[in-house]
Formats: sequence, structure tokens, C-alpha cells
Amino acid sequence: MPTEILMPALSPTMEEGTLAKWLVEEGDSVAAGDILAEIETDKATMEFEAVDEGTIGKILVEAGSEGVKVNTPIAVLLEEGESADDIETAAAKPEAGTADAGAEEAPKPQAERAAEAPAAAKAAQPAAYAPEPDWPEGTEMKSMTVREALREALAEEMRRDDAVFLMGEEVGEYEGAYKISQGLLDEFGARRVVDTPISEIGFTGLGVGAAWGGLRPVVEFMTFNFSMQAVDHIVNSAAKTLYMSGGQLPCPIVFRGPNGAAARVAAQHSQCYAAWYSHIPGLKVAMPYSASDAKGLLKSAIRDNNPVIFLENEILYGRSFEVPDIDDFTIPFGKARLWREGKDVTIVSFGIGMTYALEAADKLAEEGIEAEVLDLRTLRPMDTGAIIASVQKTNRLVTVEEGFPQNSVGNHITSVVMEQAFDWLDAPVINLCGKDVPMPYAANLEKLALVTTDEVVEAVKKVTYR
Amino acid sequence: MAARKAAEKPNISGDELTLYYRQMLLIRRFEEKAGQLYGMGLIGGFCHLYIGQEAVVVGMEAAAKEGDKHITSYRDHGHMLVAGMDPKGVMAELTGREGGYSRGKGGSMHMFSLDKHFYGGHGIVGAQVPLGAGLAFADRYKGNDNVTFTYFGDGAANQGQVYEAYNMANLWNLPVVFVIENNQYAMGTSTKRSSKSPNLWERGAAYGIKGEMVDGMDVLAVKAAAEKAVAACRAGEGPYILEAMTYRYRGHSMSDPAKYRTREEVQKMREERDAIERVRELLITGGHASDDDLKAIDKEIKAVVNEAADFARESPEPALEELWTDIYA
Repeated sequence: MPTEILMPALSPTMEEGTLAKWLVEEGDSVAAGDILAEIETDKATMEFEAVDEGTIGKILVEAGSEGVKVNTPIAVLLEEGESADDIETAAAKPEAGTADAGAEEAPKPQAERAAEAPAAAKAAQPAAYAPEPDWPEGTEMKSMTVREALREALAEEMRRDDAVFLMGEEVGEYEGAYKISQGLLDEFGARRVVDTPISEIGFTGLGVGAAWGGLRPVVEFMTFNFSMQAVDHIVNSAAKTLYMSGGQLPCPIVFRGPNGAAARVAAQHSQCYAAWYSHIPGLKVAMPYSASDAKGLLKSAIRDNNPVIFLENEILYGRSFEVPDIDDFTIPFGKARLWREGKDVTIVSFGIGMTYALEAADKLAEEGIEAEVLDLRTLRPMDTGAIIASVQKTNRLVTVEEGFPQNSVGNHITSVVMEQAFDWLDAPVINLCGKDVPMPYAANLEKLALVTTDEVVEAVKKVTYR
Repeated sequence: MAARKAAEKPNISGDELTLYYRQMLLIRRFEEKAGQLYGMGLIGGFCHLYIGQEAVVVGMEAAAKEGDKHITSYRDHGHMLVAGMDPKGVMAELTGREGGYSRGKGGSMHMFSLDKHFYGGHGIVGAQVPLGAGLAFADRYKGNDNVTFTYFGDGAANQGQVYEAYNMANLWNLPVVFVIENNQYAMGTSTKRSSKSPNLWERGAAYGIKGEMVDGMDVLAVKAAAEKAVAACRAGEGPYILEAMTYRYRGHSMSDPAKYRTREEVQKMREERDAIERVRELLITGGHASDDDLKAIDKEIKAVVNEAADFARESPEPALEELWTDIYA
């Protein structure tokens, strides 16, 4: 049967075009790849090639025709043994284009689904937020710095699973720029504690490839500021491939290192990436405050089959906390920790922001204001249920973080609370953040740029109208 | 490149030649069909065809064994077909349907098959190079003798991460063959306008990596070079670079009018250097196949491609619930 040659779409956006010129005539024989015509698209003039061999039986659309719709038959190609007489019998109707979408109702986006809940919720009494404890009562505790907790987590996971290895700048012989990996080279050798050259995009991509190849890499960034060199592999290679592969290719990898401001290292070394990375579907993001969470979350991160961004803090490395003396202690992702119960206001924070939140809560208690303090611990998944439950109790919310204010984590929390607990709020939510400036070097200015305990106290007084 | 010399009689069996002929022809017919479906609006977005470059991947993969890994850029259809992926599943991914390798969620540029050790399909130019080195890192870590074939173009060869990967690959002795498919144009920019040093493979010397240039329009030359490179990798001698000089007949993507080169230049390559014609001639002159035999192969491949196209049109679009799946493992 004669084959119709259809007006081609020659760009992602083309719907019609001009058939500028025919380069063949009726009766010409053509082979696959021969140029048939020149077609002007919305972008440029393109050559249009034959796909099949045959003879041009009839030209249906004259050269110079404008506004020829894509998929309109423009000529008829005869195969061996066919003649122009066969053309009449060929179906004249062009192929349908893309299958019709849009008719069916798309699934509701997440926000819309979540929004269905609160109307009913207001009527009912809120369930008291009573999270399961992270370890059983009576567990023996030991004092440990965040640094030691991270090191223990790494060492325990490396002992447990040969596929786990650590790579990064100065992690091996130097024992870590911040001494997180002290002793690991001695115990595990150079096969599993891999010193890299200063090549962030290269070793990050290499780590992702190794994860696809069946390993469980822990990639250390000397600071997360340097991960900007590698952000393409974190977002485009690590986070998106499971989806793009239809679920075939998980990427079990942990990217970890100090994040946010340290002290006097100025703008290029003092930025919090919590909001940046928690923006990305496909990534998980943890940002521990205490040593027990640092240990329990890092162990969970290494066992997770997804890419995890693990944001540590240089100032917290040296702080000591009580850590449960339990074999194989882990903390699940997506579960906030209730540090302090209170009825007057909810303070939500994470990472070093918890320092200010807890100090402020102490000060406020002296003035008779009982603040409930929640540590999110992981930002993606985020325990929004805990936030909502607490806000339903206190009716007031202050968020505390060190990152920049525009599009901050606090902004997102506020939006969730507006959608799910608007009627429970007795005051506008305040998002405390670092100031909207690059981090200055001068000691006095640096202090001004960071969020402070006093600012938290002031914000709580504002939302409690004291 | 000079006009093709009269075919010499290579020391190769008719069966082997026929296999390469079939593989190259399958890629070409598949790509022509993909171009046609794009023209009909059945394939959307970007679609980069491999027509003209068939001998590179067919020659390279002739040196592969089961377990070896493969990774490339967005011009990936040919690599998937030679890796043994089902043309139906590949074409259905191009049309964004449920029957596609990524169930319609990846498209032309992002396709994977763990079964066939094919790791994509990457849309960011040059990203696959450290990723490929990482796949090789995993094999070296596990202590097996698998090799990773990492393909990229002359355009990607100017990305900095390629050289970070070179350095680590040789520093750590990784079993990876870096295959530069030099088709002479990075989209519309010729290598002359983008690269000060004309021989891209020689850049590996800065990292102590062995390499060579090979005629990418000659499947047997590519195969011979690939065997040497792969043997070195398997023997634990570290990475190897092959620069295959090739040519794409079509535009960079379907929407490229290709005004940066002349029609004569393209025609000359097609007429004088075509890789499929070259093997066809060897089959005929070597007495391995008759015109009729080859016609039968053509017909058979056309049927495979038509079947793939039919499947890709008939396979339903993914279920709407698929929007929310495969985000986390």
C-alpha cells in the first residue's frame, strides 16, 4: 500500500510550518536519508529526509504552502510494484498525534490532599503529641562529643558492611580536616578510607557511580560550601535517577560534612544549605543537633537506599551530650525530637539553631513563659505532624535557623501550618533566620549576621503578646 | 578523512561480519523510525539520533563480556540496542509509554537497564564520565574483572569533570575505557572552534593514561582497538582512552537545522565513508553473503523496528499514579 509522507514536527514546539521547497518531483525514486523538502519551522529552515525508499507518487502540498499542520499528508510514496493508481486506495486520514491526555483527572497534588484534613480537625480535640522515646527508660548513658558520635557511627557501619566506604579530601592520612575520621584509616585501610584529590565534582560523580555499582559510599565534603562545585551530581545524578529509571536504580550514598557558619571564616565558608537541599525530591536531608542524634541518624543514613545529605556543624563537633550506651543505636528519619514541653509557644529548630532555641526556652521559663521546643532532626522527610500537633496545643510558632531568610526552611513550615492549622494560630508565625547578607568577617558584624538567643526570646514575646 | 579505499579482505568470519552488519543496520533503521515518530508528534522533547556513528558502539561492544558496564550521554539509543535492550522497550520510552524501560518517566535521554548493565542515558554533558569511573571503582573494590565502557562526545571532552575523572581513574587504577565519540560537532560548534589541541585523546597523557585514535567509521578498526583497550583494563593496567573519529549525519537533535556545515560535507561522508556500506561491501566481496541474503536481513530488521514502533504507539501512557512513585527507594 502506498505510504503517506506526513508534515513532520521538527522541534519540540512546532505545530505547523511552511513547506518552503520540494527537492524531489513526482516520479523520482528516493532512498532512506535523501532530502525530500525544506520546511520552515518556528525556529529555522530544516531539511526533511525520507525514511523509506520508494518512488514519489504524488505531491499533495505544493511548495510555498504556509501553515501546514503537523501530520498533514504532504506526499505519497510508492513502494516497488505500486503505481499512482494505488494512491486512491491509501487511507487519507493522518495518524492521530500524541495520545490524548488531559481528559482524565490528574491525581491531586500533595498540598491539596493535605489541605483536606484541617477543616474537620478543628472540631475535634487535638491528639496530644507524645512521641515514642528514642531509647528505653533506664538505658545507661555515656557522655560523648558530636565528633566522637559521628566517628563511632562511621566505624560501626563500616564494620557491619564491607560495601560502606568513606571518601573525601583529607579523610585518610590526615584523619579528617575536622578529625571525624580519626583512626579509620588504621582500622579499615586505604581501600575503604579513600583520600581524594581536590576534585569535588569528580569525586562526587564517582561516588554516585560507585553507589549504582553496588557500594554504599560516604562522601565527605570538607565543608558543604564546596558541595556547590558538585551540586549537579547531587541533584541531577543522585536524586533524580531512581525516578528517571522507573525505579531500577537506587542511589545509596551519604554526603556529609560541616555546614553553616563556623567562626570568622567569612562569606564563602559560612552558609547553611538546609533549605537548598531540602528543596529536592529524591534527596533526604538530616541536620542533627545532639551527639545521640548525630550517631543514630548517621547510621540510619548509611543504611538508607536513597541519597542522604547529612549536614553537620563545626561548632557542634566539640560539644558533649549524653548518648545511650546501646549496641547498634539508630534514629529513624522523619521523627522530630521533643526537647522540652511547654504550653505557651512552639519553637521549631534543627542543627545549631537548637542551641538558641533551648537557651531562649530557659530564659523564657524564668519569666513564666513555657516554650515547647521541637528539634526536627531531619528536614526531608519532615515531621510536620509533630509541628502541627504542637501548634494545636500552644497556638503560637517561632522557627529558628541560621540560613538566609528568603525561601527558608521556616518559610516552608509556615506554609504547612497555614494549610493545616490556620485556625489554631493565635498570632502570626515568626521565622527567625540568619540575616539577608553574605557572612561578614569582622567579629562584631558576624555576630549581628547570625540568629541569637535574644532574638528568639524577643520573637516569642511578640507572638505571645507579652 | 580520505575516501574509502577498496575493501581489503580482513581476517574475519562471515558470521561475525554479519552480526556487526545486523547490529549497525538495526540502529540505523531504529533511529530513522524514531525520527519519523518524532515528526508525527509521537516522540516529544529532545531526541538525538545516532545515525552515522553506528560503527563506534558496535565495534566497542564487540570486545565486551557479560558483567561489563556501559554508560553514555543523551545520544544513547544505539548503545542500548547493542547492550541487548529490547527495541520495543526503548521505543516505548521514546513515546513516553508504560512499556518503556523507565515506564515513560525518563524519555530518550534517560534510560537504564540493570539487567543489561546499562547505566544511562545522561542529559548533562560530561556527567557520565565520573559516573562511569565510579562504576569501575565499584568493580575494582569488589575485585572482579569487569570493565566499564564510558562514552562521551567531543563536546563533553571540554568539561572539567572529565579531567578530574581521568586523574582519579589512573590514580586508582580503575578498569574504565573512556570512548570519545568525536563526531566533530558539539551541537553547532566544530572541534576546530572549541578545542585548541585537535587530538582529544592526547589529553589523557597529562594523567598518564594510554590512548589512541581510531577510525570510527570502520567497525573492524574500532573492534581491534577496543579489544586492546579492554584487555589492558581487565589485566589491571588502569584506564584507557579511545578517540573514535566519526560523523553524525543528522542534526544535533531533531530541531537542529544544521546550518553550521554544508550539505556536501554530509553527503560526502555518507557516500564515501558510511560504516554500514563498508561492511556490506566486505560481505559481498568476501563471498559471505549475496544481495538476496542482505535484502532478507534488511527485511527482518525492518520488521523488528516496525514491531517496536507499533508497540511504542499501542502501549498505554503511564498510570497517573506513576507521578508519585519511584521518588524514594
